[in-house]
Amino acid sequence: MAKELIKGNVAIAEAAIRAGLEAYFGYPITPQTEVLEHLSRRMPELGRAFVQAESEVAAINMVYGAACTGARVMSTSSSPGVSLMQEGISYIAGTEVPAVLVNVMRGGPGLGNIAPAQSDYYQAVKGGGHGDYNPIVLAPASVQEAIDMTVLAFDLAEKYRNLVFVLADGSIGQMMEPAELPEMRPLEHKAHDWAVGGDKTGRERRVLSSIYLEPYDEEVANLRMLKNWYRIKENEVRFKEYTTEDAEYLVVGFGTSGRVALSAVRKFREKGIKVGLFRPITLSPFPEDRLRELAEKTRGILVVEMNMGQMLDDVMMYTGNKLPIQFYGRPGGFVPFPEEIEHEIQRMINSDLKIDHDPRKSWLKRMVGEN
Amino acid sequence: MVTLVKSENIVYERSHSFTETPTHYCPGCTHGVAHRLIAETIDEMGIGNRTIGVAPVGCSVFISHYFETDFVEAPHGRAPAMATGVKRVLPNNIVYTYQGDGDLASIGMAEIMHAAARGENITVIFINNAIYGMTGGQMAPTSLPGQKTTSSQLGRDVETQGFPIRMSEMIAKMDGASYVVRRSLHDPANIRKAKKAIRIAFETQRRNLGFAMVELLSTCPTNWGISPVDSMQWVEEHMVPVFPLGDYKVSLAVGDMRI
Repeated sequence: MAKELIKGNVAIAEAAIRAGLEAYFGYPITPQTEVLEHLSRRMPELGRAFVQAESEVAAINMVYGAACTGARVMSTSSSPGVSLMQEGISYIAGTEVPAVLVNVMRGGPGLGNIAPAQSDYYQAVKGGGHGDYNPIVLAPASVQEAIDMTVLAFDLAEKYRNLVFVLADGSIGQMMEPAELPEMRPLEHKAHDWAVGGDKTGRERRVLSSIYLEPYDEEVANLRMLKNWYRIKENEVRFKEYTTEDAEYLVVGFGTSGRVALSAVRKFREKGIKVGLFRPITLSPFPEDRLRELAEKTRGILVVEMNMGQMLDDVMMYTGNKLPIQFYGRPGGFVPFPEEIEHEIQRMINSDLKIDHDPRKSWLKRMVGEN
Repeated sequence: MVTLVKSENIVYERSHSFTETPTHYCPGCTHGVAHRLIAETIDEMGIGNRTIGVAPVGCSVFISHYFETDFVEAPHGRAPAMATGVKRVLPNNIVYTYQGDGDLASIGMAEIMHAAARGENITVIFINNAIYGMTGGQMAPTSLPGQKTTSSQLGRDVETQGFPIRMSEMIAKMDGASYVVRRSLHDPANIRKAKKAIRIAFETQRRNLGFAMVELLSTCPTNWGISPVDSMQWVEEHMVPVFPLGDYKVSLAVGDMRI
């Protein structure tokens, strides 16, 4: 397939179709709506299931039902809508059925705004619904990655019977850039040995549920899910790194903020200053081993996010906070300019690089002053 | 199992669609009757191999234990949405929800109304006993004016706690609904009528005629605090006047069905 100029949301929708999307259930919310719109035409055209649900609550439960049949199923939404979906997300996790969800994040909390943000990191990575579970979370930084990760999301969901989030933001969803779509995979409804439906003649009935009334049974289920999670951690950690081989200073950022940080990092390399970028692709499972390795040889880390420091906590936790870590964030719906990040990297280089146990507070002081 | 009666002499037997598991329902509760009618219908239609039930949250949360069919378990009130997801992917399977009044008429109001509006080709069995059973007898959206429950201890005061909701009447107004009726399980004559309605509701789906719902007036002796026999009488004397029995919507195509 050749490259074409394509909008992020449309690319996600079309990539899902080509990855074998059998059913889509969604609800309009900016800045994600083009996914729903594109699929409202394409899915019926292809004879596949499409429903504009009455709410995100209903949409996620339609996803839940379709997931129980073993179908490749997806919903997409943006921050407030994903909050509404948390009930169904927890049930899907508890039933151990595969599903793909895309969150095209916007500024929050509350109604917030419709500008790009990364403030649902905690919700996605730590699991926003009730109970113990771990979703896989993929963070694209371009339209091409949004396409590739949507396809990957279906394969991972099916392989591990696990929830997979594609955690994009409003700029990825709304931006047009050249990208290549994958070939159309033939549509098949796989007869999984755990799924309900079809003709049950000659087999035991199947009951898919997240209820384990006996605490013993629930504990067994919880531990089974954790074991599955460690299988995912062993096999599916993904990240990208740029000029890290000899980096004295490391910038860590995901998705759009990681992409903007790369421009800043390159500026320093042009000047001969050894700065590298580490960009986690799987925010969950987090590429903690590689981050620790890089941290060993690094004088200081700058975490850049479009929020108030959420991945920052994970970076501090996984490195044991044994080296100077600083933070720069733009919450509220701002995408930082490369120059801002350059300024922050320069500030880090110029600073005395002491271990800071509360880099978020230091950043807040820089943003709003002492008072 | 040893057969003691010749097959030609059998006039009544356990439904083949049932498992061997005894139900957990309280004595005098009509969930067992409703289950039996569904099981007989599945047997008679020969659809046990392709029926998928969608279980609710409430006393019947474990309905899947009692049926030899596939089942999924919905969050509270979301059964119609979940059934939509199943049915849209598997249109050749028979998909039905089994929901109580708290599930369907309170927390799941949006999901049931929109499933009906879309004319989802599913069957809904709605158990209305005017109370929350599993959580221990709280006021339901269908509780009667003046009805004493653990959360309306002075009796449901319509001034502050609103009026009972008549679901069949509302859903019948939706263009997408094909078959909407209210029956009762308080005596044998009404149970026979309920059985026929359940059969029609499943046939509606089998013939792709759209959304079908059978509302069944049911009992809850435990939380009503009266005997099973008195409960049957309570349905007739107090519930039927508020929730009149009858056919609220029978589309032309459903009316023309010959079973």
